[in-house]
Amino acid sequence: MSPQLNRRDFLVLAAGAGGGLTLAAVTADAAEPGAFAANAFVTIATDGKVTVTVKHLEMGQGVATGLPVLVAEELEVAPAAIRVAFAPANAKLYNNLLWGPTQGTGGSTAMANSWKQLRKAGAAAREMLIEAAARRLRIDRAGLVAIDGEIVHWPTARRLSYGELASDAARLSPPDNPPLKPASEFRLIGKAGVKRPDSKAKSNGSALFGGDIRLPGMVTALVARPPVFGAKLKAFDRSAVLRLPGIVAVVPISSGVAVVGTDFWAARRGRAALKLEWTLPDQRPSSATIRQDFTVLLDQPGKTVRNEGDGALGLELGVTRLNAVYESPYLAHAPMEPLNCLVRLSRDRCEIWAGSQSQTADQARAAKAAGLEPSQVEIHTIHAGGSFGRRANATSDYIVEGVETARAVGAPVRLMWTREDDIAGGCYRPAFVHGFDAALDGGGMPLAWRHRLVGQAIIEGVDALSVEGAANLPYAIPHLQVELHSPKLPIPVLWWRSVGSSHTAFATECFLDELAHAGGKDPLELRRVLLADHPRHLGVLELAAAKAGWGVPLPPGKGRGLAVHESFHSFVAQVAEVKIGPKGEITVERVVCAVDCGVAVTPDVIRAQMEGGIAFGLSAALFGEITIRDGAAEQSNFHDYRCLRMSEMPRIEVHIMDSAAAPTGVGEPGVPPIAPAVCNAIFAATGKRIRRLPIGDRMPE
Amino acid sequence: MFSLIVNGERHKVDAAPDMPLLWVLRDILGLGGTKYGCGQNQCGACTILVDGEAKQSCMLPVGAVSGRRITTIEGLDGAIGKTLIAVWTELDVPQCGFCQSGQILSAAALLRRIPRPTDADIDTAMDGNLCRCGTYNRIRAAVHLAAFRLGGGK
Ligand code: FES
Ligand code: FES
Repeated sequence: MSPQLNRRDFLVLAAGAGGGLTLAAVTADAAEPGAFAANAFVTIATDGKVTVTVKHLEMGQGVATGLPVLVAEELEVAPAAIRVAFAPANAKLYNNLLWGPTQGTGGSTAMANSWKQLRKAGAAAREMLIEAAARRLRIDRAGLVAIDGEIVHWPTARRLSYGELASDAARLSPPDNPPLKPASEFRLIGKAGVKRPDSKAKSNGSALFGGDIRLPGMVTALVARPPVFGAKLKAFDRSAVLRLPGIVAVVPISSGVAVVGTDFWAARRGRAALKLEWTLPDQRPSSATIRQDFTVLLDQPGKTVRNEGDGALGLELGVTRLNAVYESPYLAHAPMEPLNCLVRLSRDRCEIWAGSQSQTADQARAAKAAGLEPSQVEIHTIHAGGSFGRRANATSDYIVEGVETARAVGAPVRLMWTREDDIAGGCYRPAFVHGFDAALDGGGMPLAWRHRLVGQAIIEGVDALSVEGAANLPYAIPHLQVELHSPKLPIPVLWWRSVGSSHTAFATECFLDELAHAGGKDPLELRRVLLADHPRHLGVLELAAAKAGWGVPLPPGKGRGLAVHESFHSFVAQVAEVKIGPKGEITVERVVCAVDCGVAVTPDVIRAQMEGGIAFGLSAALFGEITIRDGAAEQSNFHDYRCLRMSEMPRIEVHIMDSAAAPTGVGEPGVPPIAPAVCNAIFAATGKRIRRLPIGDRMPE
Repeated sequence: MFSLIVNGERHKVDAAPDMPLLWVLRDILGLGGTKYGCGQNQCGACTILVDGEAKQSCMLPVGAVSGRRITTIEGLDGAIGKTLIAVWTELDVPQCGFCQSGQILSAAALLRRIPRPTDADIDTAMDGNLCRCGTYNRIRAAVHLAAFRLGGGK
């Protein structure tokens, strides 16, 4: 039993002054006397209410739906009867099993992590309830079964509800290895009909996000940050700000100057009136120079990340030689909810409400900023209005800003970023340039493939984040070299939904398409041959191609393109159909997607993630680009960082492979194939290759 | 001091006349369902109804809507609003959910004007509402289903 669970606070809203939302902390059901906390994840109250604690952040990818289903399956309760609670920051109880001793969400790991852990948690609770019932009824436990919230003894038709058994079960010790159901007995996992528990609250406006929570005495802070990446604050003059209504304080913090007001508007007006002087760094790159420097590196050998066969020989032996350069820009995540958090600080305690994506790191950095121990920092994880990786970053930027400001002003602080702060604020998907040199043999089959990547490292020394999707290219090509250059630049970069695969899939799948055409082969046919040893790639490829009607002619002006990619151990193939209008207008009309993510735990969530991943990837492929000028981003809001809109959304069909493999993630793998599928479709329609993203909404000249 | 009629209730609000309605709703009246996504009339997260018409509230000065009837997601309780919220839930439209109040308000204004919208009508009415999670196809399906239900369909 976990004392953490018993002491956990959760949020309730009460109508406060002026109809406002006020926050009160009350003790959760879990602390009710007699409640049965079977483990860190499952609690059953004496009225039978089941609470499942979800340790991953719900940022839209459906963890609050899929993870409780794993418990429900083994515990034998209806998913709709489960209350979902987000776990407190506690790396001992709630670490990400794939990351070691740290709690956090990302890398599409939630389902892979939880597949065994949460089924075991549900099964352990079930076994303890059965044991409690056996003792209560003084019969052998072999005659007892768990059904829909009750333990039933069929021969005598006696039944005891979970609520009735809770306090007895609480006194038992949990089994180490509770038996798990065989897949043949699943009634929830893989079945249609499981609903998202949060749809209603997210439709009627009652779901709480960071900016929605209010505390008595709370103030709102915006931060004036450096106008150029790497600039340092020299001086600031707050006198004009302090004369404005609603201004509470203007305080320097480590990232800039926090302007604190009674509300967002006051703080925003105040920030606009602040006079700041900055010391600019010497190195202030621009996109054009970055591009030039990257391109120069393409001619130099990089660090070898894969080397098979003899590259130079392979290239020489080839009958046809091909080379190409592919380019992907910097990208902002631009989640719909700009970053924010709420911080309440006292002498010995720091409470944070945030859509925290990396609780352990956030807790440690918050503690440092507050001058407290990590154990004195309590993080209430709440819904995040998207993240796509942005909230998990190397400095816990928005959390630290909130804590530092709260410390300086001595009141609860709601720290908010504006959209301009978000788009221009860095933490971008790094720009990459990909250089290819390849050779085909006399039969038109790829013989040699040399791929050089140039782009900033997200974490220095961790090449995998740059080359994933390229270094593990699945195609059987005898001579295969992959090399990496990781130039250093003062532009902050970060993982962005699907990380390395967000650019490697574009480059490799487009270039493979080039090889197919150069060798006179159908792109599907060539992939079939080269993927003979990769059944899961082949499986999704065949499924998507068949459903899309690959090979069936399209009218002039239309084209079909194909891409297949593995990321985060899930396999996705997509076929895009595009139409090119008389003025070169590009319309992506239809996308057929096949996914193999192992056991499809909640199929509708998987479909939603493929739809969302395609929209996200397409948005970037068509429009997404942050350009840098003199060390600063040139874009600032959705007018110049354009995102996909309703009228630009293609029809999408998602097909899920049957699989008995352990489930893998779906939050990211839908993204990588869409850019190459669309670019390959544009080639099929027009004979023109797109080698540089974004494409734009018209054919480039 | 401004007199606002929000969700049928009259409020006296002490705010600068240039304060956008969005922040009056969120920070003064405590109605958190209307969201901030851009502050530049670019994303639709802040969409509300003014006299039944969908308007983005993030650049709308409170002084301009004094005395007008304002509806937010919290007060969307007519047949159209209830139906939209129900079908949104039924089709599991939201992912992160942050854009959805704005989406539903835009849809409500659309169905009020055009009870059986075409895809093109939906595109026109909803193109100002971004969804970074890409729920557009489900939104489209939900609008059609709501129209069907409101027209007496089961
Ligand atoms: S917040 Fe008003 S349109 Fe984006
Ligand atoms: S549901 Fe996340 S932005 Fe629309």
